[in-house]
Amino acid sequence: MTPQEILETLSSNFGDAILESKLDVLQPWIRIASHRTKEICFFLRDEDLLTFDYMSCLSGVDYNDGKLGVVYHLASMIHKHKIVLKTHCTKDSPHVQSVAEVWGTANWHEREAYDMYGIVFDGHPDLRRMLLPYDWEGHPLRKDYKVPEFYNGMKVPY
Amino acid sequence: MQFGIACCAIEMMAASASNFDIMRFGVIPRATPRQTDVMFVAGTVTLKMASRIKRLYDQMPEPRYIISMGSCANCGGPYWEHGYHVLKGVDRVIPVDVYVPGCPPRPEALLEGIIKLQEKVRKESMIKKSA
Repeated sequence: MTPQEILETLSSNFGDAILESKLDVLQPWIRIASHRTKEICFFLRDEDLLTFDYMSCLSGVDYNDGKLGVVYHLASMIHKHKIVLKTHCTKDSPHVQSVAEVWGTANWHEREAYDMYGIVFDGHPDLRRMLLPYDWEGHPLRKDYKVPEFYNGMKVPY
Repeated sequence: MQFGIACCAIEMMAASASNFDIMRFGVIPRATPRQTDVMFVAGTVTLKMASRIKRLYDQMPEPRYIISMGSCANCGGPYWEHGYHVLKGVDRVIPVDVYVPGCPPRPEALLEGIIKLQEKVRKESMIKKSA
């Protein structure tokens, strides 16, 4: 299916949750509302003509204007098509629905996004820090992050 | 004890292999710190790992020596400026005897580091403790 057909299938089923899209680039993307992410992802995975059964990547983004986002790269093993989904959330209340039940790999990717950006995934079974130590303060990949002076008695900057 | 963390571990393996054998210099690899005299810290030391390295250092019996291998373990290496989670040099947590520079150091450089450590040990005196 072409990206245009995927967008049409999604729009006809979810209407107002599909906010924006750009399909003529190398990786066509569709922006969806963050309060219906899980529903849309279940649909994308279970629908016969779409079957996005492989999530290649889930990454957090800091857009530097008070917004954080999550980008999902989805692929289908059967139909061999790919699409990119994007959601936004504000820095004050960074909550996005978790898709850990849809694709198993999202479990660790969401933990990493939480660790690095502070995006809280509602419904995630085990949301805690994965790459950084459990008592680290701050979320490093945000644009306004400042490196701490000391961590547990060790001097951090050079 | 060979504590290969990151890329320097490959060069440490290369130094232990047949072309640049370190076993002929008397360096036998042990998996446990309890039975070793020397610990090679090879690779980037993160802050998460630093507390574990301190624990392994404490588990080594005296007399013990540390060889810091590679620029990440010497001074933070290429991550000195922006690495928020990199310990800038393993000598911030444990005392180092020999620093082997390089990114990664060639096996011959590691051999020179081992030989320098052997000279340092030879010059040590049992009566007068240095530093």
